[in-house]
Amino acid sequence: MWRDSVLVAGKDLRIEARSKVALSQVAPFGVVALVMFAFALGPDRSLMARGAPGLFWVAVLFCTVLAVQRSVSVESVDGARDGLRLSGIDPAGLFLGKAAAVAVQLVVLEVVLGLGVTLLYGARIEAPWLIAASCLLGTVGLAATGTLYGALSAGLRVKETLLPFLLLPIVAPVLLAGTRVWQAALAGGVPADGTQWLRLLVVFDAVYVALGVVVFGPIQEAA
Amino acid sequence: MAPPAPPSPAVLLRDAVALSGRFPLLAGVDLQVAPGETVLIEGPNGAGKTSLLRVCAGLVPLASGQVRVLGLDPVRHRGRVRRRVGLLSHASHLYDDLTVGENVRFAVRAAGADPARIVDACERLGLTGRLSKTAASKLSAGQRRRVALAVLAARWPELWLLDEPHAGLDASARSTLDQLIVDAAASGVTVVVASHEAELVGSLATRVVTVTGGRVTAERPAAGSAGTTAVLPGPTSLPPAGAPAQGHVAHVA
Repeated sequence: MWRDSVLVAGKDLRIEARSKVALSQVAPFGVVALVMFAFALGPDRSLMARGAPGLFWVAVLFCTVLAVQRSVSVESVDGARDGLRLSGIDPAGLFLGKAAAVAVQLVVLEVVLGLGVTLLYGARIEAPWLIAASCLLGTVGLAATGTLYGALSAGLRVKETLLPFLLLPIVAPVLLAGTRVWQAALAGGVPADGTQWLRLLVVFDAVYVALGVVVFGPIQEAA
Repeated sequence: MAPPAPPSPAVLLRDAVALSGRFPLLAGVDLQVAPGETVLIEGPNGAGKTSLLRVCAGLVPLASGQVRVLGLDPVRHRGRVRRRVGLLSHASHLYDDLTVGENVRFAVRAAGADPARIVDACERLGLTGRLSKTAASKLSAGQRRRVALAVLAARWPELWLLDEPHAGLDASARSTLDQLIVDAAASGVTVVVASHEAELVGSLATRVVTVTGGRVTAERPAAGSAGTTAVLPGPTSLPPAGAPAQGHVAHVA
C-alpha cells in the first residue's frame, strides 16, 4: 500500500510540476477571490482583519475543488483510470497517493493565500503554531474528502458541477474549525480555544482517511 | 496410476451475461481458452468482442453466468487477476504530461512487475533516444499504441487480452506486434485477440471464435495452425478458485 501510494503521489506531483496548473491557475484564482472579498467588505481594515479567518478558509475550499478536479481529470484522459485499475494497484495506496499529492499542492496554495490574507487584510498572526497546525490538519481532511468525492464523481458526465455540490457541505467542519482556530491565532480576533477545534480536525481527518482507505476501491470500480 | 489432472483453463466463461444498464453486452457466452493458446475473437462491430475482453480483465462484472480467469474470479480476486493479465485496449492509458519513458516506468511499477524488462521492451518497440523523452501529448496515435505495447511487453503477464491490436500501427510496428505475439505464445503466455482484421491475426492464432450479438456463434481452427484445438463439453458448474477445471481441451492433429 505504501509503495503504491508513493508511486502515485510521485506521478501526480510530476504531472503538476510539468503542467503547473496549481501555481499558474489555482493560486491566482485564490488570490483573486481574496481581492474580491476585500472589495465586497469595503475599505474598513478592522472588518477585513476580523473576516480574514473565514475568508481564508473559503478561498482554500474553492482552491480545493479546483485541485481535486484537476486530480480527477488527469485520470480521465486516454483511459488512464482504467489503466490504473488494470494494473492491480492497491486501491488504498491509490487513494493515499492521490490525496497526498493534492495535500502537497494545497499546502503551497495555503502559503500563498496566507500571505495574501496578511497583506490584503492586515491580519496579524500571534500564534503561528495554531495557524500551522490548523492548515496541516485542515489540508489532510480536505485532501482526503476531495479525493474520495472526486472518485465518486469521476465516472459521471456532470462531474465538474457535481463535485463542488457534493464536497462543500461535507467539508463544512473544516471551514468551521479552521476559522475558529485562525480567530484564536490572529491578533484582535474573537477569543476562542483553538486546541478544541484542532481536536475536531483530527477526528475529521481520521474518519475520512480511514473511510477513503476502505471504500476507495469499490468506488473506483463502480465509477 | 491416475493420469495427471488437466491444467486449469486460462479463461473459462459459462453462459456469461454482462449488461450496461439494461443493454446486453454479452448475452450468454460460453468460451474456454487453454493455457498457452492463442485465440482470435472475430465478429462485426458491436458484437461483444471488447466486452468479452473487459469481462476477462475484471473491468465488467457479470450479471449472470460464471467466469474464471487463470483459475480465479476476476471480480472477487480483482488485484491478483489484474497483476497477471494485460489488456491492450482502444485507449493507451498514457498521461500526456509524462514522457514516454516515465509512462512506461510508472505503468510497469504500478503493476508490480519487474522493471528489468523495460529497456528491452522500449528498444523492441522503437521507443528509444529522443522519443523516450518526448511527452505523451506529442505522440501520434500509432506511437501511443507502441507505448502501450511496450508496457505489455515489459510486464509480460500470463494472459494477454488484445483489442484490435493492429489498429493505428504502421507496417513495421505491425510486424513487431506479430513477433511479440509469437514470442508470447512460445513462452507459454495465453493470448486472446479481438479483431475484425482476421487476415492479420489468423496466421498467429490456433483457434478462431466468432462472436455475434453477444454470443459465441462459431468456432473453428485457425487456417495454417499446426494443431487444431477443439473445446470439449466442460463442467456444468465451475470448480472453486484455483482448482483444476473438469472440462478439458484436446489438441487434434
